Parts: sequence; C-alpha cells; structure tokens
Amino acid sequence: MSTVSVDLAILGSGPAGLSAAARAAQRGMSHILLEKTDHLSDTIYKYQKGKHIMATPSQLVLRSDMPFEAGKREVILTNWDKDTARHRINVRLRSEVKAVKGQRGDFQIELADGATLQAKAVILAIGTQGNPNKLKIPGGDLDFVQYTLDDPRAHFDEDIVIVGGGDAGIENALGLADPELANRVTLLQRGPDFSRAKAANVQLLEQAKEQGRLDYITECAPRSLEPGLMIIDTKDGELRLPCNRVIARLGSVPPRQFVEACGAKFTGPDREAFPQLSPSFESTVPGLYIIGALAGYPLIKHCMNQGYDVVEYLAGNTALKPADEPLLEAKFAHLPMRRSVDEWLEFLRREIEIFNDLSPLQMREFMLESDVRFYRKDDRIITRNDVGSSLFTIAQGSVLVEINPEDPSITVPIPAGQIFGEVGLISGRRRGATIRAAGDTLCVEVPRSAALKLMGTVPGVKRRIDRITTERMMKIIFGGDIDPARLNRILDAATLRTLKPQEALITEGEVGFDIYVIRSGSLVVEKNVGGKNVFLSYVPAGAYVGEMALFDNGRRNATVRATVNTEIITMPGDLFKEMLAAQPNTAKRVQEQIANRRRVTDYVEAQKAGFSGVVDMYTSVADFLVEQGLGEATDALLIDETLCIGCDHCETACAESHDGISRLDREAGHTYAHIHVPTSCRHCENPHCMTDCPPNAIRRAPDGEVFIDEKCIGCGNCQRNCPYGVIQMEKTPPKKPGLLSWLLLGMGPGPGQADHDWIDKQLAKKHTEAPKVAVKCDMCKGIAGGPACVRACPTGAAIRVSPEGYLRVAQAAGAEG
Amino acid sequence: MARGNTLTDRRSGATHESFLRHQNYLYLKLAVALCLVSTVAYIFFSPVPRHNGGTWLGYTLGTISAVLIVWLTALGMRKRAITPGKWSLKGWTSAHIYLGLSLVVVATLHTGFQFGLNVHTLAYVLMMIVIVSGVFGIFFYATIPQRMSDNRAEKSTAQMLEEIAALDNDLREAAQPLASENAIVVQRAIDNTKLGGGVLERLRSNHPKCATLQAMNELKARRKSGGDDLGPILSVLERKGVLLERARRHVRYRALLELWLYIHVPITFALLAALIAHIVSVFYFW
Ligand SMILES: Cc1cc2nc3c(=O)[nH]c(=O)nc-3n(C[C@H](O)[C@H](O)[C@H](O)COP(=O)(O)OP(=O)(O)OC[C@H]3O[C@@H](n4cnc5c(N)ncnc54)[C@H](O)[C@@H]3O)c2cc1C
Ligand code: HEM
Ligand code: HEM
Ligand code: SF4
Ligand code: SF4
Ligand code: SF4
Repeated sequence: MSTVSVDLAILGSGPAGLSAAARAAQRGMSHILLEKTDHLSDTIYKYQKGKHIMATPSQLVLRSDMPFEAGKREVILTNWDKDTARHRINVRLRSEVKAVKGQRGDFQIELADGATLQAKAVILAIGTQGNPNKLKIPGGDLDFVQYTLDDPRAHFDEDIVIVGGGDAGIENALGLADPELANRVTLLQRGPDFSRAKAANVQLLEQAKEQGRLDYITECAPRSLEPGLMIIDTKDGELRLPCNRVIARLGSVPPRQFVEACGAKFTGPDREAFPQLSPSFESTVPGLYIIGALAGYPLIKHCMNQGYDVVEYLAGNTALKPADEPLLEAKFAHLPMRRSVDEWLEFLRREIEIFNDLSPLQMREFMLESDVRFYRKDDRIITRNDVGSSLFTIAQGSVLVEINPEDPSITVPIPAGQIFGEVGLISGRRRGATIRAAGDTLCVEVPRSAALKLMGTVPGVKRRIDRITTERMMKIIFGGDIDPARLNRILDAATLRTLKPQEALITEGEVGFDIYVIRSGSLVVEKNVGGKNVFLSYVPAGAYVGEMALFDNGRRNATVRATVNTEIITMPGDLFKEMLAAQPNTAKRVQEQIANRRRVTDYVEAQKAGFSGVVDMYTSVADFLVEQGLGEATDALLIDETLCIGCDHCETACAESHDGISRLDREAGHTYAHIHVPTSCRHCENPHCMTDCPPNAIRRAPDGEVFIDEKCIGCGNCQRNCPYGVIQMEKTPPKKPGLLSWLLLGMGPGPGQADHDWIDKQLAKKHTEAPKVAVKCDMCKGIAGGPACVRACPTGAAIRVSPEGYLRVAQAAGAEG
Repeated sequence: MARGNTLTDRRSGATHESFLRHQNYLYLKLAVALCLVSTVAYIFFSPVPRHNGGTWLGYTLGTISAVLIVWLTALGMRKRAITPGKWSLKGWTSAHIYLGLSLVVVATLHTGFQFGLNVHTLAYVLMMIVIVSGVFGIFFYATIPQRMSDNRAEKSTAQMLEEIAALDNDLREAAQPLASENAIVVQRAIDNTKLGGGVLERLRSNHPKCATLQAMNELKARRKSGGDDLGPILSVLERKGVLLERARRHVRYRALLELWLYIHVPITFALLAALIAHIVSVFYFW
C-alpha cells in the first residue's frame, strides 16, 4: 500500500476546509484536502436547488483566497470548483477519514477505503452534520438502501420502506406518497408513537394513512433485507414487506465522537459544548487544529476567514490579527475608557466572574455576540415587567435592584463581577424588578443564545448561574428580607429536576411536604371531582405549588402536571415551615395564596352537583388550549368561531402591514368549543425556533415579541424547530400599486397577500434576486395601534391573549357552554 | 404574588367583546340618543305650513343624514387601508351598524313624510334598501359563523378540495376493473363534480345535478342486475357524496356571509348618485 506524506492534511472541504487549502496552496505548502463525498463542500451542496446563499455578517470582511459573495448556490459552488483548480489545491474526493492518530509532526490518517496518509499537522473542518446512523441488519449494505432523499419526484411506482419516524422520515414518506407518483410507501417506527416528531408532521402522517396514501407500522424493527423483500418484527410477529427501496432516517452520530477519538477535549459534557481551542485554533492535541462549524462558528464567512487564519498561524505568522478585530474595535469604540481590543478582552475576562475560565478565543466569540454598555448613576438598565432574556454582567461599578415596586428607594446592591437578569434568561418571563446603575457602571449584556452557549461550554458557569437563579427566585417569591444563612441552607437542600409534558409533579391523595418552585415552563392544577379531572388553575414560571399540603397534614389535594418541558426546584417542606415561622410577612403572603387557592377548590366542589356541565366544559377547553401549546406561550392569537365570518381580513391586514406576506393562516389549526387556534406564533416563553439559528437572527423585543431580524440567512432551521409550524420561508414580494390605483384602475393584486405567481412574475420582470427568508408573526412590533390582525377583524372574533387570558377565555366559554 | 406579569397596552385586543357589544354598546347608545333628539325636535318644532326638508330642522337633519351616509360609505375604504394607528375595524363596524340604523329615523324625519315620484324619494328608497340589506347582513353575521365552524370541523377550504380530489383518485383506481358502461358512469362522477358556481348554486347546499349522486343512483340500480361487484365503488362514491355535501354547505355559508354585500354596496353607490342629484336639485329649484 502506498503512503502519501504531506505537511498539512485538511479534513473536510466545506468553506472552512477549502479556504484553508487555498491558503496552503498559495503558500506552496505540501498539503492534501480530504473530502468524504464525491464533490466539494457537501453541506452547501445539499442546500435546496437555487438557494440564495447570504454573506453575513456584512460588516465582517472576507479574508480568503477563495471568492465568496451572496448569490445562488450553483454559482458559488461552480466558482469554488474553478478556484480549486486554479489554486491547484490537492483534493482527494471520496475519502472519508475514519481515524486520526498521533500528534504534531507525526499524524496517521486512516481512510474508509483502507488507505493511510501521513501528515505533520491536521486541520479538522468536517462541519457538524455528522454521519447518518447505518441500518445494521443483514442486507443493510445492499445498494437500494439510502440515507438521504434528494428529490421524491425521482421515484415512481416503487415499493418503498422508510425506517425511522422522526421528522426527516415522516417528511420523506409524505413526499414519496404523493398519489401522482404511485409509490407504495410504508414507514417503520420503533416506538409506540411518533413522540420525536413535530405535531404538525404527525398529523399529516395520520391523515395520509387515513386516506390510504401510505401506511405506517409502529413498535416494529427491521430484521433482514434482500432484493425485493424486507422482513420485519412487529408486536404481532413477523411481517414480510415488498421492498425495492429503503430510506433509513435514523438520525446521525454527531462528529463529537470522531473528534474525541482523535484525542481532542471538549469544554464540557453538554450538547452545546465545543472543542477546547487556543487562539490559533489548536485543540488539546498539539498540531491538530479545528475550525469552521465544528469549532462553533456557524456562518460561511467566519469559516472561510478561519481557514485562512489557521494556515497563517501554522506557517508562523503570529502577528496576524483575526479578521473580526474591526468588529470588536467597534464594540468598544463608544466607551469612555480607551483600551486596545486585547486589553478589553483581558479586562472583562478578569473582572467578570463567570468569564474567568474562558479562553481568549472564547472571550472573542462572546464579545462578538454581546454588547458592552456604559451607564451613568441612576440610568435604568432593566425595567420591571419588560420582557428580556439577556444576561447582564457587571464589569465595573455596581447596580441597585428596586425590590419594592411601590418604593424605588428600597434597593439591594449587586457588586462588580456579578450577574443579573438571569431569571428572565432561564424562565423567559418578564423582568421581576427594575435595576439601575449605582454610579458609573460598565456592563456586558449577553444575549440569551450566547448565554446558553456559555452555560453549555463552561460547566462552572452553569452551576453558578443555576444557584444564583434559584436564590433570586426565592427572594422574589418569599421576600428579599430572607435571612442569608437560612437562604443558604435552603439553597443547599434544593434540587433541580425536569418534567416532561404531561408528567405529574404532585398526585392528588399522596402524602408529601415538599414545595416546588417553577424555574421554567408551566404547570396546570387539576382535581378529581366525581371521577373526572377538573381544571383548577394554570401556574406559570416564577410561582410555586405544594404549600397547601403543609396545612393538610401533607395530603395533596390536587394533581399538578407539566404543560411543556418544565424545570422545577424542589425545596424541603420543613425548611419552608421554618422560614414561615421566622418571617411573619412571608407567612402572611403564603396564607393569602392558600386562601385563594382554597376558594377555587371549594368553588369547584360546590359547583360539581349543579353545574357539572359548566365545570366539564371549562376543563376541556383549558385542556385543549394547553394541548395547543398555549402553556408555553406568552401571547397567542385565538379566533372565536362564533363570530368569525371567514372574511380573512386578519390575514389581509397582516400581509398589508408586513411586506405583503401574511404571518398567520386563519383556517389552519385546531378548534374546540368554537375556540380556534390558528397557525400563528405563540411567542413562546423559551422559543424553540431560537435554538439553532446560525446568525442569531431570532430575538425577543422588550414587549415580548419574538421576531426575526434582517440577519436571517434562510437556512430553514427555525421552521423545522418550531413545533407549531408557524414559520414560513418566503421571498419578499415587490411593492404593489397603491390602494387607490387598485380601487379605481384595477391595478395590481389588491390588498392582502398576492399570489405566488404574481410575485414570481413581478420579480422576474425586475431581474432582482429575492432570497427566501424566514417570516413569522412579530406581534406587529413597532406598528402603532398594535396587532393589525386584531384591529382589522370586523366582528371581534380575532383576539390576542396571554396564558392567564386564555384561561379567562376558557372560563367564558365554559360559562356559556 | 410577586410575579411581574401584567398585561401591557399592546394586548388591548384581549378584550373579548363582539362587534354588537363593542365598548358596552357605545354606538347603540349614541344612535338611540341621536334618534331621540331628532324626534323630540321634530315634535316640538312645528313649522308652517308643515314639516319638510326645507325648514332649518329639515336642513339640519338632512345634513346629518348626508354626512352619515358618506361616512358609512367610507367603511369600504377603512376596511382596505390597513394603516397603523389605534383604530379597530370592529369599532367601525359597530358604529356603522347602529348609526346606519339611526338613519331610518333621522332621514325620515328630514323628509317630513313628503314622498312622491321624484329623485328625492328615489334617494330615500335606495337608502332604505341599503339599510334593509344591512339588517340581513347582520342577521347572517350573527347566525352563520357558528354553523360554518361546526360544518368545517377544523378543515380548511383547501383541505376539503384536496380530500375530494383524493377520493376522485380512489374512484379512478376502483373503476379500472369495471365494465366500460359502469366505468363511464364513474368517470362522469369525476369529470362533472361541481362546487360553487353561480349565485343560485352557491346558495344551495344540495346540487340539483350532482354527478356523484347520479352515478350512485345509477350504479345502485345496476347492482341488482348483477355483473361487476359494485360494492367498493359505491362506498367510495358515498364517502365523496358526504364530503361534497360538507363542501357545498361551506360554500353556501360563505355565500350567505358575502352575497348580501352585492346588494348593499352597489346600491350604496346608486344612493350616493341619487343623493347628489337630490341636493343639487333642491338648491337649483330653490
Ligand atoms: C440549509 C442551510 C442554509 C444555510 N445558509 C447559509 C447562508 O446563507 N449563509 C451562511 O453564511 N451560512 C449558511 N449556513 C451555514 C453554513 O452552511 C455552515 O456554517 C458552513 O457550511 C460550515 O462550514 P464548514 O466548512 O465548517 O463545514 P461544512 O460546510 O459542513 O463542510 C464539512 C465537509 O466535511 C466533509 N466531511 C465530513 N466528515 C468527513 C470525514 N470524516 N472525512 C472527510 N470529509 C468529511 C463533509 O462531506 C463536508 O463536505 C446554512 C446552513 C444550512 C444547513
Ligand atoms: C345636505 C343634505 C340635504 C339637504 C340640504 C336636503 C335638502 C332638502 C330640501 C331643501 C328639501 C325640501 C325640498 C322641497 O320641499 O321640495 C328636502 C326634501 C327631501 N329630502 Fe332632503 N336634503 C338633504 C339630505 C337628504 C337625505 C340624506 C335624504 C335621504 C336619503 C333626503 C331625502 C329627502 C326627501 C325624501 C325629501 C322629500 C321630497 C319632497 O319634499 O318631495 N334628503 N331635502
Ligand atoms: C345608508 C346606510 C349605509 C350605507 C351607505 C352603507 C354602506 C356600506 C359600505 C360602503 C360598506 C362596505 C362594504 C365593503 O366594502 O365590503 C358596508 C359594509 C357593511 N354594512 Fe353598511 N351601509 C349602510 C347601512 C348599514 C346598516 C343599517 C347596517 C346594519 C344594520 C349595515 C351593515 C353593514 C355591514 C355588516 C357591513 C360589512 C362590514 C364588514 O364586513 O366589514 N350597513 N356598508
Ligand atoms: S378578520 Fe376576524 S372575522 Fe375575518 S376571518 Fe379573521 S378572525 Fe374571522
Ligand atoms: S415561532 Fe414557533 S417556537 Fe418560535 S416563538 Fe413562535 S410558536 Fe414558539
Ligand atoms: S400580530 Fe401582526 S404580525 Fe402577528 S399575525 Fe397579527 S398582524 Fe400578523
């Protein structure tokens, strides 16, 4: 076997790897670029055909020997192919790397085809896609087994088995089951239901089965495969399925395993963790460098710049400043103190406790996403009842927390080095108190996404933030005057746990004394009355439950259940009792809450004989709303179908006030007791859509609106992550002729969302490229008068409400029903 | 409890009141007040020789009526110009209805009950037609939505059409093995499926010449004479029949909610024309 030996091996030909290879070639280094697939840059290759690729952030200059500017996928890929040839990059395609062993000066790289290479240094740029899990059954390696589906329309009149009931599998099944294609599609799912997939997808799947367009089998596993036949085990025994194509969608192994197998360490155990890197991108294995998406930089421009930089560092150019230097300079430019970027980074890292453990590279990254703000004495930093989910850290000076909303002069200080705003970060709820600067104060505001990344990356930070959050939550709930020693004892004893949706925290009738504080998510309280579950109340994050048992000999008199994934702080009942004994004020407040809760219980008990219909109705409406995701919403659109005349004015108004695209679909969605939950954003407390947005384009405004800003690159991740299917990918339509030209002259398509043909035709006429970007309801942020959908409804059918409000709606419906 | 979660102003849409009850019947109260004041003035003021549009009260009531009519017409613009600001179409509709109804009193008193065969009375009659059609509209707005909601049972219009198309596919498939005279009947049921159409078709929930129903009857009749096994195809036809019925009811409800506007709005424009003629003529002949 021949062994190739190079100075530098680059693994993965995405934008990061390509750019590194181009630099190496330019510098005349002996190099090789290894790519798993038979083409360059597989992640981008797999984008939708014709996708418009964006070059954000626009302020960041591109530093690479490869060209890159916003444009069509095809153009960019063709250019890269040309430049790869022009730079004489030494590419080896179809070269999946299986293992990397050794360290600087002596790496052995093993390929899947059995070849081995030697290299003095290695750059890992394999992205975050990972490798699909393989179908491990006899016959699983036959050539009609595939792990991706490019175009369902390429398959006609086939017997197709899809393995795996996640979103990918379901979406493929639905695509292939189009009656026009005449495929016979069967989907196999290991579990009893499709709990991993989005509700909207599951609904479509069930509908398709009902209509006989496809079939699915749950609680089954494939056993073996031969041409034309798959044998599967089901709970009723063996089943033989005709099969001439298998699409296995079994998830993928994240590349972390591969990286760890190379010997490199990660920053922590969580999913959010990244490899530990030096400022020159060197991992904990000397000579092994990690760049690109794998290193935590999700945008193409970042990746390309790093490719260039890492090769320069490797070649000994230590004077090179990273390309993002000007961006950081701009962040610090408005501050009254003068320091260089490096001095600033070092200063903040030293002064702010939770940054202490960060590497200089991580510091750079966090500062790129965060903002440094300078406040004068008495400037308001956060305001009570605003919605905000960013975390603040104090670099210099100190702040005052107004603990009594009635009297702003009563304050508690937070000193330099500490954090605040963490309750909003964790629970997604409104700010609990107004905080102002005590004197000249310098703060770093870390947006939610970056803060979560920080917590995932540095385990110590997570522990510290968790503890501070619990402490402050306790203070907000039980009074700021709580004795610190007692509080510490409570904190030491408190434990954290996560409930799944529908999981019971307390079961009626059992004995228990613990008190539960809701850290994030929400709960519903139900009581069994005459054999039926009756809805009593909705308990949001920041409140507590379980106190009633203390006064009922520990017997729980209601069942408490999570509506969505919910984090709970458990606090031992005896400590709580002690606290009440020592703090009469708190005791009084707790007593009031108990009296309130008891009144509701008694009311329901009293009603059960006479108005059981009413109570039933109230309960089922509340259950319905919680099921529709309103348990995690902060503001959602409901339509009272006893009033809705179906004029779709709400949609027209939304389109008119939002670039011509309606962000709600009135007819879609579920209805119960004439309350309709249309497909429209719920502005979730902890928005799922935010979790995986490469440019961090989804944010939360001070009034609570979750919105997508102009940084969106149209990757579609948020659309996939939103469980309620409210995000659409759309081109921005061109401007329409005005209302009068339409009314009087019949010009243009009229008010509302123009149809797609009109939009495409107009865009074609203008020869402008309109990229598809994510659009969703922004609650008419910044539009005077508020939500246009509500204002434009002629009958008052359309209303927007908060969770507490929904349950009022539920109550009204119950009372009428 | 110390949990900062109050409703903000932006959520003012949360007040759940129908257009009829808007702001606790504010516009109903205004309209009643306007009618009362007009009536009282009419009773206490007795002009010589008699009441008519030319007295100072007549001019006042006439002007109020004309201004109201122009403003009522402006609802058409308000509906379509989605501008920012604190307006609510529900409020406009509420005011439109109650103040529109008050014209019955105000404009009638303006005329002093002097009707004849002239352009003045034409304007008056047109106004009454618009108002009566509006009353029908309100009747539909109040009664149809709930029924429409029950009927559509969470299905959107597009979904209904899709389902019918899917059943047509099933029909095609099930008709493959049939003898040609039976297959032709089924093909007709597919080709001639009609939904909506002209005004009358849209207002009926059963279609007089429903091809699916016809095919079903024909095939049922033939089943007795033996030959093909028509059971499966009949059951598909039956399912399609049920879906079609639902879809037609949906179309009918939507038509009821819309079609009255085809009287309300054009007559409004005729009214405006007649009104201009009336006003010009009274000044010309004065
Ligand atoms: C749908 C979508 C749209 C996006 N749109 C944009 C956009 O408009 N603008 C933007 O800036 N960013 C966008 N992004 C993000 C961007 O695509 C990624 O950040 C970028 O591709 C990451 O580059 P990379 O070089 O780190 O890794 P990748 O591009 O993922 O490249 C990794 C390469 O390594 C290869 N590889 C993997 N494992 C091995 C192995 N073991 N051996 C050998 N080779 C291997 C892969 O086949 C692949 O070719 C989008 C992402 C998605 C999913
Ligand atoms: C600016 C508004 C108006 C003015 C100045 C006005 C003026 C007049 C005058 C001067 C007369 C008396 C004519 C006569 O005695 O021959 C009259 C009568 C009348 N007006 Fe008006 N009017 C107005 C609006 C309206 C409106 C809105 C209506 C109803 C739609 C209306 C319907 C009538 C009728 C039916 C008569 C009786 C005609 C008759 O006497 O034969 N007017 N108006
Ligand atoms: C002379 C008096 C009236 C005039 C000139 C008038 C005119 C109009 C106009 C121009 C529209 C707009 C229609 C559109 O653009 O789609 C409208 C809508 C409407 N009108 Fe009237 N109207 C009058 C009286 C009334 C009355 C008395 C009622 C009810 C009792 C009524 C009920 C309605 C309703 C319900 C709408 C539809 C609102 C909506 O769906 O947006 N109107 N009217
Ligand atoms: S605007 Fe109101 S009445 Fe019209 S469709 Fe929307 S919710 Fe229904
Ligand atoms: S887009 Fe979806 S996930 Fe995001 S806030 Fe809205 S409903 Fe929640
Ligand atoms: S609140 Fe505004 S953006 Fe959201 S659905 Fe209504 S009109 Fe559209």
